[in-house]
Amino acid sequence: MFDWLHSLYQTSALPGMNLSQLVQHGFNALTLGSLYGLIAIGYTMVYGILRLINFAHGDIFMLGAYFVFFTTVAFMPAGVACFFIAAAFYVIHGIVRGFRRRPPLPVLGLLLLFPVCGLYFTFLAPASFQLPWPLALITAIAAASFCGIVVDRIAYRPLRAAPRISALISAIGISFFIESLSVVLFTGLPRPVLQPDWLMTPMLLAEGSVRILPLSLVVPAITLVLVLGLLFIINRTKPGLAMRAISRDIETTRLMGVSVDKIIALTFALGSALAAASGIMWALRYPQIHPYMGITPGLKAFIAAVFGGIGSIHGAMIGGLILGAMEIIIIAVYPQLSGYRDAFAFTLLILILLFKPTGLMGAKLEDKI
Amino acid sequence: MLEINDLHVYYGGIHAVKGISLSIPQGQIVTLIGANGAGKSSTVRAVAGLARNTRGSILLNKATILGRDPEEIVRAGIALSPEGRRILPHLTVEENLRLGAYARNDKPGITRDLEWVYSLFPRLRERLWQKGGTLSGGEQQMLAVGRALMSSPDLLMLDEPSLGLAPLLVREIFSIIRQINSQGKTVLLIEQNAFAALSISNYAYILETGKIALHGPGQELLHNPQVKEAYLGA
Ligand SMILES: Nc1ncnc2c1ncn2[C@@H]1O[C@H](COP(=O)(O)OP(=O)(O)OP(=O)(O)O)[C@@H](O)[C@H]1O
Ligand SMILES: [Mg+2]
Repeated sequence: MFDWLHSLYQTSALPGMNLSQLVQHGFNALTLGSLYGLIAIGYTMVYGILRLINFAHGDIFMLGAYFVFFTTVAFMPAGVACFFIAAAFYVIHGIVRGFRRRPPLPVLGLLLLFPVCGLYFTFLAPASFQLPWPLALITAIAAASFCGIVVDRIAYRPLRAAPRISALISAIGISFFIESLSVVLFTGLPRPVLQPDWLMTPMLLAEGSVRILPLSLVVPAITLVLVLGLLFIINRTKPGLAMRAISRDIETTRLMGVSVDKIIALTFALGSALAAASGIMWALRYPQIHPYMGITPGLKAFIAAVFGGIGSIHGAMIGGLILGAMEIIIIAVYPQLSGYRDAFAFTLLILILLFKPTGLMGAKLEDKI
Repeated sequence: MLEINDLHVYYGGIHAVKGISLSIPQGQIVTLIGANGAGKSSTVRAVAGLARNTRGSILLNKATILGRDPEEIVRAGIALSPEGRRILPHLTVEENLRLGAYARNDKPGITRDLEWVYSLFPRLRERLWQKGGTLSGGEQQMLAVGRALMSSPDLLMLDEPSLGLAPLLVREIFSIIRQINSQGKTVLLIEQNAFAALSISNYAYILETGKIALHGPGQELLHNPQVKEAYLGA
């Protein structure tokens, strides 16, 4: 009766697998899942507030990878980088504290420091200068989050009162626009990304029988820090309270004195920052970047968001982790099926939409009328 | 303090408020009564900045507020507890109240007002951590009123605060409205419960199909035969 199960097992790669491989697959799954999860959170946050699928989200992921490429390998003038940081700081501060209020001295100091550094890097520093890694990461994330705000400003905000389908079409349009513009600016050629050596030198555990890349520890760790930071902002700060309120009832939230557009901009900034972080780590993991690299991870992360229950941040992260794990399991156990890994994700989407459209965490609280 | 002059409110082709004028003096309780669909909610929504298609003028202490965004109007000192309560069901009682204070930055003031709201509605204090959606209807109504108070408004607008409440709670709500008024807040009240509303208000306006049909001091309208017949069921 269980013959077919047995033959399934025999044809899989499972019988030959040893502990070391299992552990490695485990870390691969965790890494891939973290990367999907980080993107998925941005989809779910924007959807939760605007009921809009932000198709440009995968492109922000791609931009994050390019920004880090330009600040490390190819070197974008660091002055421009500093300008981006200053702009992002200013905008986010303005969103949180109000544009009319003078920023507190430390923030003002940062705002002035970066353009000054920018002038130095642009005109005085040696031409081969490259930003150190931590600064490159912050720059790339800040720049991408700035791009996220711009996308909302030009593609979605003018359509807030329009039917939802208009915003959806605008989302597809802005996504194509970013991709095409990137082809023009960066060319369509895949480019190699600089990988810091220490991330890629395998660590030997259990007397050399288990080899792990530091990268597969760093990715989940950074993801954890980012997600905890996001949860802190959402659950413990005033703008976070406004975000949670808006996702339920925009009109009432405005009555309380919340400027909806600012909170939406903040949502895009946060979501884009996470997507960029994911894009950067993706580029370290699969060190080839090109203008269309965001499409497939973007779609899969969207599936993860739907799977987890769109609108739920925990759901998005869990959905991402599960999707990543399933993909790695399929590839590891049935290497001959690895060509179908994308098809698998989409099959999953269809199944969810058919059988549990609200996703894992999507059960909604009943409203009392 | 608030002067409404020849206010019109439109929804697409529907002309809901057809040129009403009313004035709300500082420190008073003013009531709007009228049948369903008379345009009461539309009027206060226009004052709060939620109705977009409007004509006429609304002046708060001589400054025009018509056409400004709701978030600016709260900061100017007008709060609305909207029809149907509209509390946020997934936020706790305390979070709902803190959201009401969103426009403010004075921490000590917020803490003081939070205490005041809890002393007005002790039941909310017992349910600090409960999600808004799990409160009973009456408790939700208290939360909606408390939340509006948290912006520390000069003018508090209450759209049917006694809707769906048991008679005992209705009396409690009305006594609390007087208490709030005695703390120096001007109140604009919309009510179906005309008798109780007229009894506590200094002045009242009666709306019929988008126009003011009658107005006068609360006590006077209470004894007006027309009002008695149409709104007091006598
Ligand atoms: N969003 C809307 N779209 C179209 N028509 C509307 C809208 N809101 C209100 N109206 C119409 O405007 C008129 C006045 O409505 P409003 O809500 O101001 O009445 P009301 O006096 O508050 O009534 P009630 O006592 O039932 O709350 C009604 O005829 C209503 O159908
Ligand atoms: Mg009404």
